Amino acid sequence: MNLWYTENHSPNVRFSLEVEEHLYTGKSDFQKIDILQTSEFGRVLTLDGLVMCTEKDEFIYHEMITHVAMATNPNIKKVLVIGAGDGGTIRELTAYPTIEQIDMVEIDKMVVDVCREYLPQTASKLDDPRVNLYFEDGLKFVRRIENDYDLIIVDSTDPFGPGEGLFTKEFYGNCYKALKEDGILVNQHESPFYAEDALGMRKAHQKIVGFFPVCKVYQFHMPTYPSGHWLFGFASKKFDPIQDLDAAAWNDLELKTRYYNTDIHVGSFALPNYVKEQLKDVE
Amino acid sequence: MTHLLQQKAPIMEALNQYKSMRVVPFDVPGHKRGRGNPELAAFLGEQCLSMDVNSMKPLDNLCHPVSVIKEAEELAAQAFNAKHAFFMVNGTTSAVQAMIMTACKAGDKIIMPRNVHRSAINALILSGAVPVYVNPGVHSELGIALGMAVKDVEQAILENTDAKAILINNPTYYGICSNLQALTDLAHQHDMLVLVDEAHGTHFYFGDNLPTSAMSVGADMASVSMHKSGGSLTQSSFLLINNDVSEGYTRQIINLTQTTSGSYLLLSSLDISRRSLALNGKDIFKKVAEMAHYTRTEINKIGGYYAYSKELINGDTIFDFDVTKLSVDTRDVGLAGIEVYDILRDEYDIQIEFGDIGNILAYISVGDRHLDLERLVAALAEIKRRYSKDKNSVFIHEYIRPQVAFTPQEAFYAPKQKLPISESAGYISSEFVMCYPPGIPILAPGERITKEILDFIQYSKDKGCFLTGTEDSDIANINVLKELVE
Repeated sequence: MNLWYTENHSPNVRFSLEVEEHLYTGKSDFQKIDILQTSEFGRVLTLDGLVMCTEKDEFIYHEMITHVAMATNPNIKKVLVIGAGDGGTIRELTAYPTIEQIDMVEIDKMVVDVCREYLPQTASKLDDPRVNLYFEDGLKFVRRIENDYDLIIVDSTDPFGPGEGLFTKEFYGNCYKALKEDGILVNQHESPFYAEDALGMRKAHQKIVGFFPVCKVYQFHMPTYPSGHWLFGFASKKFDPIQDLDAAAWNDLELKTRYYNTDIHVGSFALPNYVKEQLKDVE
Repeated sequence: MTHLLQQKAPIMEALNQYKSMRVVPFDVPGHKRGRGNPELAAFLGEQCLSMDVNSMKPLDNLCHPVSVIKEAEELAAQAFNAKHAFFMVNGTTSAVQAMIMTACKAGDKIIMPRNVHRSAINALILSGAVPVYVNPGVHSELGIALGMAVKDVEQAILENTDAKAILINNPTYYGICSNLQALTDLAHQHDMLVLVDEAHGTHFYFGDNLPTSAMSVGADMASVSMHKSGGSLTQSSFLLINNDVSEGYTRQIINLTQTTSGSYLLLSSLDISRRSLALNGKDIFKKVAEMAHYTRTEINKIGGYYAYSKELINGDTIFDFDVTKLSVDTRDVGLAGIEVYDILRDEYDIQIEFGDIGNILAYISVGDRHLDLERLVAALAEIKRRYSKDKNSVFIHEYIRPQVAFTPQEAFYAPKQKLPISESAGYISSEFVMCYPPGIPILAPGERITKEILDFIQYSKDKGCFLTGTEDSDIANINVLKELVE
């Protein structure tokens, strides 16, 4: 038996994982959902044939998408998470006792159902009493809300397919409107390396810059994503992620993390020149 | 039985058959199935170019169909409940012109609403027919032109009993329908032909709970833009005839201006789309109506915008409303429709069908995805948040009754002079001025230019409408008749 999963990281680059077992395959109204048992990365969730989350490296992504904003503003109480069907982002957020309400809006209920069954590592906190699950279009959900959230996390797929609407100017504008006057927006910001991902990164940045006075990008290392070099956006109406970081306060919380720490927090905003240039071009 | 027949697509089948024969082409087109133009083949696709072939015996000839095109036309006629259907390859424009030129010779009168598409008035220039305009109703709040009132048409008929035909624009771009049955019966009582510009009404023949179609009320001719709601390629269309209209004579009229190299891409697209509508049209338009309804409801929740529907129906000038249309009044947001149209494209990468002074129209079809509808609604909400102005900042101009001094043909060919448009008040225009889209003339050849019209043209320009029609592409000058008429 020699079974390999292969994903195109660019039209000319492939990434393969040895598969021990194909645990689940299904098709929702929105996308194809698969769970693979792999030799190196444990269980892997793929959507339309693209890796979303693996047991081995998901901690990097989920810690970085949550703790940077939480350490910048410890008073965050009400959070909106869009996408995030695997539940990993919710798991990290529920570690903060100070958060009072987490609304999660995922368009595809089947992703959540499959992850509950096959990826308990990430989906384990979806039943926390503070979490409300909404299965609908994120763009539609956020459209109706005004001045309500302290933090919005956009944990989306790529800017094509069901996640398309979450990379649009109307969506970022609606997020701005839905945030309180000191609100923070953190979004999945694609990658600077391969051309197609870099285009997504530039377009997202260009659209967000138009709305938020503070608009930064930070990086992390994601072994299973194309090029391994991935970005999140940090946009806010008031807080600066570095100047307003209270490292001591966050460290006093004694949260157990494997990737994030307050040094990484600061360091992740230091970007390579080729990334800076691409971002500057669209500002 | 009918169902089985409609599953056929004779032109497509003949093209497939022809391709499989691997005939060596020593005829036009010179790209020879794309081999002679690899760049074009790479761009459009080899399959596409391999179907771009010439008229020949196995593929029939559009100018004089005897085999597969004839069969395809018969299937289309059956699908639309018409006596005959002509495949048109020069747009619905050519279908509208063929209708008018079949019904009217030079000097014959034709009764029509003034808010017709330019193609109808162009037909008057070509044929020398004389228009008798019926002023359309105008909605007092929305400011949009409506259908023709039955009593207005009756009056026009009684005053012009020698008219040969009436032309009805049904539905309008906005989705407004006239009382087609009453107008048809009225015209027939006075021995006039009923011609229907059904450019925006293909789906009426297939969907449930949609307004009545021209053929179903016994109208004599109808132009159907298959490429709008019917799904065929741009520029392809059907001309339907009924009752005593002669197929042979209509064909002669069509052949006056039609290409002798009818594109098989367009013809096969009509054939395939007709089959799809006949077999699946009910489901397709049910889905489209649901999507339009959903989007309308969501847009109305935003506030400021008014996406209108059947509540407008008044029994006469709004006899029915086409619920697949998504027309939205934008004035309470303080923005002209054309401004919203531009912002949607420039800021949000959303292209809609058109914007005029008071409205936008988003075209909904079976090709739409739910997530795209959400984008449209979200973008409209954002435009309201970011750009809304005082709601009294957009004026709706009253419908301007045209003062017709000459027929369009007389005015178009008369001795003329060029004047700066701002100095042209009082003169008779020799040409069109219109916003495009929607392509409904503000001024048509033979009409007197008034200050009111000039103000409206200037206002449209200021708001960003794309004006067209005059010889001068900047619309700074206008050709007027040398002769001054009181």
